[in-house]
Amino acid sequence: MKIHLKIWRQQDAKTKGKLVDYMLDQVDHHMSFLEMMDTLNEQLIVKGEMPVEFDHDCREGICGTCGMMINGQAHGPVPGLTACQLHMREFEDGATIYVEPFRAKAFPVKRDLKVDRSSFDRIIQAGGFITASTGQPAEANTLLITHESAESAFDSAACIGCGACVATCKNSSAALFTSAKISHLAKLPQGEKEAAKRVLKMVSRMDEEGFGHCSNTEACEVECPQGISVLNIARMNWEYTKANLLKD
Amino acid sequence: MELDAKIPAGPLENKWSHYKAQAKLVNPANRKKLPVIVVGTGLAGASAAASLAEQGYPVTSFCFQDSARRAHSVAAQGGVNAAKNYQNDGDSVYRMFYDTLKGGDFRAREANVYRLAECSLNLIDQAVAQGVPFAREYGGYLSNRSFGGVQVSRTFYARGQTGQQLLLGAYQALMRQVSLGKVILYSRHEMLDLVVVEGKAKGIISRNLDTGVIERFAAEAVVVATGGFGKIYYLSTLAMGCNGSAIWRAHKRGALMACPSWTQIHPTSLPQSGDYQSKLTLMSESLRNDGRIWVPKLANEERAANDIPEQERDYYLERRYPSFGNLAPRDISSRAAKERIDAGFGVGAQKNAVYLDFSKAIKEQGKDKIKEKYGNLFSMYKKITADDAYIAPMKISPAAHFSMGGLWVDYELMTTIPGLFAIGEANFADHGANRLGANSLLQACVDGYFILPYTLANYLSGELKKDKITVEHPEFERVEKEVVTQLNELCQIKGTKTADYFHKKLGKLLYDKCGLSRSKTGLTEAIAGIKTLRAEFYKELIVPGSAAEINGELEKAGRIADYLEIAELMCHDALSREESCGAHFREEYQTADGEALRDDKNYCYVSAWEWAGIDAAPVLHPEPLEFEFIKLSVRSYS
Ligand SMILES: Cc1cc2nc3c(=O)[nH]c(=O)nc-3n(C[C@H](O)[C@H](O)[C@H](O)COP(=O)(O)OP(=O)(O)OC[C@H]3O[C@@H](n4cnc5c(N)ncnc54)[C@H](O)[C@@H]3O)c2cc1C
Ligand code: SF4
Ligand code: FES
Repeated sequence: MKIHLKIWRQQDAKTKGKLVDYMLDQVDHHMSFLEMMDTLNEQLIVKGEMPVEFDHDCREGICGTCGMMINGQAHGPVPGLTACQLHMREFEDGATIYVEPFRAKAFPVKRDLKVDRSSFDRIIQAGGFITASTGQPAEANTLLITHESAESAFDSAACIGCGACVATCKNSSAALFTSAKISHLAKLPQGEKEAAKRVLKMVSRMDEEGFGHCSNTEACEVECPQGISVLNIARMNWEYTKANLLKD
Repeated sequence: MELDAKIPAGPLENKWSHYKAQAKLVNPANRKKLPVIVVGTGLAGASAAASLAEQGYPVTSFCFQDSARRAHSVAAQGGVNAAKNYQNDGDSVYRMFYDTLKGGDFRAREANVYRLAECSLNLIDQAVAQGVPFAREYGGYLSNRSFGGVQVSRTFYARGQTGQQLLLGAYQALMRQVSLGKVILYSRHEMLDLVVVEGKAKGIISRNLDTGVIERFAAEAVVVATGGFGKIYYLSTLAMGCNGSAIWRAHKRGALMACPSWTQIHPTSLPQSGDYQSKLTLMSESLRNDGRIWVPKLANEERAANDIPEQERDYYLERRYPSFGNLAPRDISSRAAKERIDAGFGVGAQKNAVYLDFSKAIKEQGKDKIKEKYGNLFSMYKKITADDAYIAPMKISPAAHFSMGGLWVDYELMTTIPGLFAIGEANFADHGANRLGANSLLQACVDGYFILPYTLANYLSGELKKDKITVEHPEFERVEKEVVTQLNELCQIKGTKTADYFHKKLGKLLYDKCGLSRSKTGLTEAIAGIKTLRAEFYKELIVPGSAAEINGELEKAGRIADYLEIAELMCHDALSREESCGAHFREEYQTADGEALRDDKNYCYVSAWEWAGIDAAPVLHPEPLEFEFIKLSVRSYS
């Protein structure tokens, strides 16, 4: 098939970027979207041009590295997929595809489609952990956790830290990402003890990093490749209120 | 060079506790004076960095991804083993030790393997304390499943994302230390060389992948936890950035490489669909608990899977290995699949796959149960292939997956360069010639959480009174210059062929000649072929842009330059071992029914290789394997 690409090219955070047109033919519909991008890059390199820089690593939807807006949607048109899992069979022959970086104040562009998401790491550093040093913890089966709690904690813990929720949100809020970690840990007895401290610290770090506020549009849930539910945000708000009430 | 594995004396069960009781310690006030570099933030690196920082050592940590959480441990699906015997099905530390040693075809050290099994108990406790949401029974107890090569249920899992959940536990522990200022983490930094001063590892040279800046880092010890290099085959289950560069540069500075050709080819990956393909996605081995593997009895069968009647299907694993059936170990399952595919029984458009069929399990247990166990794998399968595995069988095929080989380490996980440690998949240690499923997440964690914190202290205690080396030392300058020169050279070739062109060629060559089966002729041809390809690489490569900026192509080119050397060593390694064992199958050495023929009389050793220069043959240093506690037997799964 033939594809017309309009790809965002930008030298670095300081330089202005623009959309550049590329034509690609002989695209196989079994190709993944990123393999299509590889094919384009191979052609650019041989012509002596700079290839399009984009983030990717595992190419199986779990590392959260690949992130780009495809036709205005984070990770492209198919719900529940990361960009690396998207295949060209989802597009029509002759289609025009817009490819742009995730945009948010807290995700500055490094080059082309690559953005800086280190703010996510700093949110986790603020409290997204259980204070359990390496050593001799209690025998695992002395702590009983119901099947339902474990499964529900897992649902929250499945977040891959890709940032699609931020890129999709009109306020560039990181509420879905942050709340997923807060819920994962608060749902487990091991994590409950620090829940109050954790939520206060993580929420304040999220604000400091320049993410916007959540106004409950729920767009994030729709674009999240891991299906992280907005109920996590409700849980975060509840934990936050509880923590503030019990603070003094 | 005499290799000393430093195995403690005494009965098997007491070796590790003895070691711990006698290892030298560093007092808490002095730990601050002993900085440590940990390269890699996968399960091995993150667990080591966090644990060492908790103890009070100043840690500097590196990864090439933009976040430590993205290390490829994240992709492990199936689970992690531990001899908890929660299922009361006869498991024990000893049984796990024996299964692992046997699974590795008796080509690993007894003492190491026993320690792995012993520490597995503690790991599950540790992970639970960190909040890893393992699968649970309704009563709240931890749940288990079985994996290949064993007859007990000792695998702990978190749906199909066990690696992700374990890694997040380690990553969060690491982030806690970062927030306390005890770890300085450099993401998007690639280690490009090791600095050895007066025979000891004292630092590294790295490149900032976002700016191109070359930096020097000094420390009292360097820990390499850079994962596996199976990406050398190009098509593999590894991530695009996985590489052998850190261990290879260390090798060229004097660390021996052990059994580099021992690569696990995983039986259940998705088949290649075209030349453009960049990676092969793994379908977890746990699927073999309920899925049955078969091919049509008729060669070049044209009918769809569901149209082939039961009696015209060949369940070849059940036929050849009745007591293990579909759960036969990976090397055996992969080879059996290749045998059927090569004989013309392969299925799918490219005739390069076999079926993995769930219809019986769905009939017996119901679709909901299967969905609960493997739901995410089935949906992953659908995302990639557009096919529904609840309706028709999956098509799977073998793919390069795991490097048993790596830097040679002693019982203390130290390489032949004092002060250089290698942990996780980057070393050769516990898995012998074939790794059992769910044992490597375990090994990476155990190395980092439980072993290194003791053995590193034992080494560092001796460094306390020595003069401190800083990055001003002339050796740092010399190595840095070499790194810069090489990067510029790669940019200057200005040929016409991209890095991927060479990687694909190398991968195919290696898969054909040094993959699932090897022969003297094939390996000799491969060595010549690699030399030619390497010469072409330095003439024809094109890298756009410069070394002083973000440059993904330069990153690739550097890794492939190293792969082109590692590949040659792999072939020498495979050639020199005139026996078949585990994943190393030499066509010349097989039984009448096509099983591996081991030669314990002549090859019961670990092949450790010394670098002798680009034009010289590598030098072999065998480390004899002595079996004090078990009797070597023929690995039989029939
Ligand atoms: C798809 C897949 C599924 C698997 N499933 C299972 C399973 O179910 N059970 C099981 O036990 N095992 C499984 N394995 C194997 C297991 O996941 C790995 O062996 C293990 O996670 C390796 O951990 P590691 O810490 O050694 O390396 P990795 O997790 O690969 O980490 C390597 C780290 O090193 C860094 N790095 C690499 N090179 C450099 C460099 N030059 N400079 C700086 N940093 C560098 C990377 O950034 C990364 O942080 C699976 C493997 C794969 C590929
Ligand atoms: S919540 Fe979803 S969209 Fe947001 S970072 Fe996590 S996985 Fe990505
Ligand atoms: S590359 Fe890992 S999620 Fe897409």
